[in-house]
Order: sequence, then structure tokens, then C-alpha cells
Amino acid sequence: MEFLSYLISGISLGSVYAIIALGYTMVYGIAKMLNFAHGDVIMVGGYISFCAVSYLGLPGWLALILAMAVCTVLGIVIEGLAYKPLRSAPSLAVLITAIGVSYFLQNTALLIWKAAPKVYPSLIPATNAQGEVNALQLFHGQLSISYISLLTMASCVVIMIALTLFTGKTKMGKAMRACSEDKGAAQLMGINVNATISTTFAIGSALAAVAGVLLCSSYPTLQPTTGSMPGIKAFTAAVFGGIGSIPGAFLGGLLLGIIEALAKAYISTNLANTIVFAVLIIVLLVKPAGLLGKYVPEKV
Amino acid sequence: MKKKLFALMMTLVMVAGLTACGGGKEESPAPGNAEQPSAPSAEGAVFKLGTIGPLTGDAAIYGQAVANGAKIAVDEINASDSAVKFELQSEDDINDGETSINAYNNLMDWGMQVMVGPTTTGPSVAVAAQAGSDRTFMLTPSASSADVTAGKDNVFQVCFTDPNQGVSSADYMAENMADAKIAVIYRNDDSYSQGIRDTFVAEAGAKGLDVVYEGTFTNDTATDFSVQLTAAQAAGANTVFMPIYYQPASVILTQAAAMNYAPTFFGVDGMDGILTLEGFDTSLAEGLMLLTPFSATLEENKSFVEAYEAQFGVTPNQFAADAYDGVYIMKAALEAAGCTSDMSSTDICEALVPVMPTLTYSGLTGKDMTWSVNGEVSKAPTAFVIKDGLYVTP
Repeated sequence: MEFLSYLISGISLGSVYAIIALGYTMVYGIAKMLNFAHGDVIMVGGYISFCAVSYLGLPGWLALILAMAVCTVLGIVIEGLAYKPLRSAPSLAVLITAIGVSYFLQNTALLIWKAAPKVYPSLIPATNAQGEVNALQLFHGQLSISYISLLTMASCVVIMIALTLFTGKTKMGKAMRACSEDKGAAQLMGINVNATISTTFAIGSALAAVAGVLLCSSYPTLQPTTGSMPGIKAFTAAVFGGIGSIPGAFLGGLLLGIIEALAKAYISTNLANTIVFAVLIIVLLVKPAGLLGKYVPEKV
Repeated sequence: MKKKLFALMMTLVMVAGLTACGGGKEESPAPGNAEQPSAPSAEGAVFKLGTIGPLTGDAAIYGQAVANGAKIAVDEINASDSAVKFELQSEDDINDGETSINAYNNLMDWGMQVMVGPTTTGPSVAVAAQAGSDRTFMLTPSASSADVTAGKDNVFQVCFTDPNQGVSSADYMAENMADAKIAVIYRNDDSYSQGIRDTFVAEAGAKGLDVVYEGTFTNDTATDFSVQLTAAQAAGANTVFMPIYYQPASVILTQAAAMNYAPTFFGVDGMDGILTLEGFDTSLAEGLMLLTPFSATLEENKSFVEAYEAQFGVTPNQFAADAYDGVYIMKAALEAAGCTSDMSSTDICEALVPVMPTLTYSGLTGKDMTWSVNGEVSKAPTAFVIKDGLYVTP
């Protein structure tokens, strides 16, 4: 029974990683850049929804929509100001810019919201007004899965399917795949590459807002550095599953969460992160493109 | 296009040059005058007092509390008719040893005579070594490791040492909760948490307490405790000892409630502040026990808490109180040693070192505090239990 309970913790944590990893992988797949500021957009999403609920008294779902709207705009602005001028610059310059944007967002949040951590009002509180636990009780209460975990897992699956359909079936999705394969050729075919990349950032940032709200709902601390560690873990998950691949990010995120939880429970809480990254190294040695990634040989 | 770009660059360079010159001109006549309100108003012996702490970055909450607490004390002293007055300068060390040494050197260049700082343990160890060889008097408000004072006769602490807290907690449990099955959840990349845990476990063993589970976490994994809590519950723990700061503790309390797991939670001084954490459901902290020297909810600390809230908009934590006491202790020591403001930092240091062990001080963080020759403070922690959102003695 404890095993199941550890497994559920792992899946719940993994679902959050997966949602963040989906954002990473979208941007990487299409713009071929690592947006290290993604984790900090999550943090901004968390703060926006926190302010909406705590100071404006809005209901949780409205706060989520507001956070998504603000993050979408933020994503487009970041892309337009920081990344667009570097479209033809070497990828190292873009990478360093992304790190700069990440620090900029963190320190701006520090100025606005101060360093003191805030406790996030969960979308679904741990206990209801009667003091009963908001959780699904199985096996006569021996196993309890909180509703917020269920919501996180469900959102993760829905987002993954929606993104797969979007990139596979819609016109914009096709444009994205075209840009991903060859920007120059896509432009010659009449695709507006800049608009496509901006749209990708908009979607990625909206996902970051969802991830921020779900992350803070399950693990209720909000501070300017909230997004950085989940961001790095999710980046790992994206690489693990095969960066650029949408199902890969989903699978990588879930596996990472499960490995982390089980390693904590059965091996050592000290070594959990070490084990997670050791698994990553082994996977990359065996499958250099990640679990579901395509290996594309480069012609020199 | 290239020409335009070049022109733009040149404009930028020139503007940057202008602002740099402007900045330089402003600075030259009044160095260190950024802290205008803290500059002494009346005549008297004015000592240059420096504080160091992380004003930005991860640990900014502690450094800002120390700088703010010290500022309130300095403002109070300067507004009073005291013969000793202070000029305050606070430097940022982003909780990093090397930066802290730089901050210390900046303060020495400014002419610092006595230091209340640094705030956190790592930087304090680094700066203590430097201050030890420079012979600068150092009183750290909040760095609690025994390593800070070890081997330096001119370094003193306002807060408890870590070993002291671990031993007191184990003694308290042995006396009052003898049949407890204890789980310890601590942060093992933090010398504060690790230090208290080590002495707690050693003392618990000596007193025959039953420690059934130990779980760790690090700064990077401080958001999810469901695994540690499930394991503690499975091991049958009815008491969870948390030698950690209140912020991860609030997550533990929330997640334990979600699991329907309700042991007695027990914290140390880092737990103080949990009730004022923004957005935290204080009913979750009901029944939480803690040993702490300072509480913002106690009646006798009211005037400090109100002054702090009025000036900075937040409730002071233990770090702010430690720094406030630190400034007053410094004042008491300077008066007792008969120092004058024209003495060098080295002379002041030599005068203060023999005076500190003879001093007795009562402040926000303890009654009748005294110091040993090696720099450790001795004061009694008080046990509190949280009832209806207030600290009460059990």
C-alpha cells in the first residue's frame, strides 16, 4: 500500500514536470532554442494567480485564466525583445540571453513581491470547510489521492493530447513543424516564420502559467526562485524523453517524477536527485536522442 | 544600416559616460550618506557600525530582516540622549562567503569600527576568519554554527548555537513526551539544520528517546514532502521533529493535513514566523510546539514589532530581533569599555574583548544573556505551543 502511495506522489510530481517539459519541448522543437526563462515564467504565472486570488478575491479558475493571459503576453514580449533580434545570431548568444532573461524575471519578482515566501491558496484546498480531507479514499482510506493530484494528472494528459492534435492537424501546427524542419524553406513556402515562433512562445508561456498554478497548488510555496528547480528538472525530463518530441516530454516528465519519488522512499532521500540524473545519463548513453527522440545525423 | 547602428552605439556610450560622471560627482562629497535617516542627529560619540547580510537572492529575507532590525535600533539610539551614537551602513553579501568578504572590505574602507554581522552561517565563517586576523570586533546576530566563533576571541553571537538547540529540544521531549516515537525531517544541505539534527539525535540516544525515522531534503527538493511523510507515518511516528525554517515547515504541515496524518509537530527557532506567513492557513499550525527565543506575538515585544511593521510593512522575525539586540549589546559593550569614537577598529576590538564576558543584557531574544570567553551566548529557550493562532506556554 505504501508503494502505491509513493507511486501516486511520483505520478503527481511527474505530471507537473511533464506540463513544464511540454513547454520546453515546444519551444525547442520549433525555435531550436533552450528557453531557460521558461521556469521563471512559471513563477510569474504563480504570482499573478496568487495576487488574483488573494488581493482581488477572484475564484481560482478565473485567476488561472488571468495568469495564462498575462504569461502569454509576457512570453510574446520576451520573445520579441530578447530573442527576435538574435534570430540569426549563434545559438550560444541566444542561450546566454535566455539565462539573462531568467535572472531578470527572478530579480523583478524579488523587487515586486519581495523575498518572503508566500503560501499559495490551492485551487482545491487540502481540507474542505468541514475539516474533511479533499481526497479520493481507496482501500478503506488506506490509500488517499488528493483531488489536486487527480486534477494535475488529468490536465497533463489533456494538454499532451491537445498539443499533439494541434501540431498534427491545424494549419498553424503544420507551419510550426515546417519551421522546425527548415526555417529558410518554410519562409520560401510563404510561412511567416516570425509569427509562427511568436505563437509558439505564446502557447509555451500559457502552458507555463497552467504549470505554475498546478505546481503551487500541490506544493504551496511561492517565492521568486520557485520556478528554477522545477524548470531544470523539467528540462531534464524533456531531454530524457527526447527533446522536441511532445509524447517524449510527457513520458520523460512522468518517469522522472516516479523515479524521484521511489528513489526517495526506498534508497535514500539524500541521493534522490543523484539517482534521477544518473538514470538520465544512462538513458542518454544508450539512446542519445532520448527515449522517443528522433536521431537526426548532421551532415558536415 | 551599419552607420546608424554605430551612431546609436556611440550615443549610448556617451550617455553612459555622462551618467557615470554624474554619479561620481554626487558620491564624492558625502560618502556612505545613503542611510540618511540613520545618520546621528545630535552631538555625541558616533561609531561607524556595519551590518552584512543577503539583501538580495534566495536568503534575502534574513539579510533584510537584519538590516531593518539594526536600523530600528540605531534610529532609536540616535533619537535618544545616549552618549554612544551610531552611523549605520548595511552591505549585501547574497549569502556567499567571497561576496561577504568583499562586503566586509567595503565596510572597512568606509571606516567601520564595529560590526553586527554577517547574517548567515557560511559567510560568517569566512568573515570571522578575516575579522579575527584584522582584529575587528564582530558580533553576529544570527549565524548559529559553533564554527563561527571557534578559535576567535573577538567573535561573539547573539543567537543560540545549533548544538544548544538540539540538546534543549531532546531534553524537553525526554521530560515531557517520554513515550514519543520521533521522526526527524531535516535539511541536510544546510549547516543550521544538520547541526541541530546531529546534536538532537545524539542527545535523544543518551536520554533513551525513540527515533523511528529520519528523512532529509535539500534546498532544491523543499517543495514535496509526501514521500517523507508517508514513510514517517508508516514507521509509526507520533512526533515529527523539524529543525528547519518555517517556510518548508509550512509545506510539511499542509501536506500532512492532506494525507490525514496528525502527529505532534515540534520545531526550533527557525519555526518562528510561521503564523505570519502570508496566505498560510494558521489552523494547520494548531498544536505545533516550538522552542524559540523570540516571538512577535508576545506582549513585551510589542513596541519593537509595531515600529518594525510601521516602517517596513512586515512582521519582524527572529533575525530582525537578533539584529536589534545586537546593536543594543554593542552599545552596552562600548559604554562598559569606555570607548570613544576616535579610536581605531583595532583599539575598540581590544577594549571590547575583555568586556563581553562580563556583560549581562536582557532584550527581545532573551533575559539575562551572558557570553562565554569563546563567544557563545547563554540564554534559555522557551517552549511554546500554538493555540488559536497564538503562542502559549504549554
